[in-house]
Amino acid sequence: MTPPGTLIDRMIAAKASANYQGLIDLVPYASFLGLTAAMQGDELITTMRYGDHLIGNPALPALHGGTLGALLESAAIFELLWRAETVVLPKTITLTVDYLRSGAPVDTHARGVVTRQGRRVTNVRMEAWQADRSAPVATAHAIFLVMRS
Amino acid sequence: MPDERDDRDDQDVRKLEMAIAFSRTVPHNQALGIRVLDVIGTEVVFELPYDRKLVGNPDTGTLHGGAITALLDACSGAAVFAALTELVPIATLDLRIDYLKLAEPGKSVIGKASCYKMTRNVAFTRAVAYQDAPDNVIAHSVGTFMLSTKHGKS
Repeated sequence: MTPPGTLIDRMIAAKASANYQGLIDLVPYASFLGLTAAMQGDELITTMRYGDHLIGNPALPALHGGTLGALLESAAIFELLWRAETVVLPKTITLTVDYLRSGAPVDTHARGVVTRQGRRVTNVRMEAWQADRSAPVATAHAIFLVMRS
Repeated sequence: MPDERDDRDDQDVRKLEMAIAFSRTVPHNQALGIRVLDVIGTEVVFELPYDRKLVGNPDTGTLHGGAITALLDACSGAAVFAALTELVPIATLDLRIDYLKLAEPGKSVIGKASCYKMTRNVAFTRAVAYQDAPDNVIAHSVGTFMLSTKHGKS
């Protein structure tokens, strides 16, 4: 059922051609969320395009907390895939999200920064923002297992 | 629908009806296909049916961690509502999720959350996500929620 290395092979190809979006399009859930990725300067920015299906509180309205968590986790994984010399699918061990503001029904951007790269685990800090980067809607940190299986 | 549970009281039945009605108004819960299965006291049980659009690794068909995060966030919030004596707006302060193992493809994930402490301002929750049986845990989470948040800005 699992063709050997298919996802990894395609990720390596996407990396080789600097095709950030190609990396994302391999993941069905990323398309469901409406994620896109692009280099802005030297930063890999992941964007969650607004869609009505992302709403968690229709009264405000505000984005579902789960969508922000997923965006932050994805931004960290894309950063790891992008920066790593070898392509290894990171496994999330733990993720902690601080919700700072309610997410408005607009596009949300996120970036992950590696705080420590170990032999087995990598620590990443993430933040998500909307119109004003200095006022993040959520921050997070996560630890990933990055060993080749 | 046949109801095999007998450990719910009238209040639980009312809370279950409210939780089902509330979840129907949440577009993202609907997009994920989340179903409200049960409310007993301050414990709520949600189901996330398996869906290919939620897959994180297309080679293995395993669900993306983000879908599990959304399930645990949704049922943790519902547990706070179940514990409240009067309905007030709430906002997630933080949520920590430990991923114990990958979800098995093709199977629903059950999210079971409880609000184990409520103060004037803050509610504390814990939750697990499991498949098949409650001891087959795939993720564990703890969360904090702010109570009586401002409802809108306009």
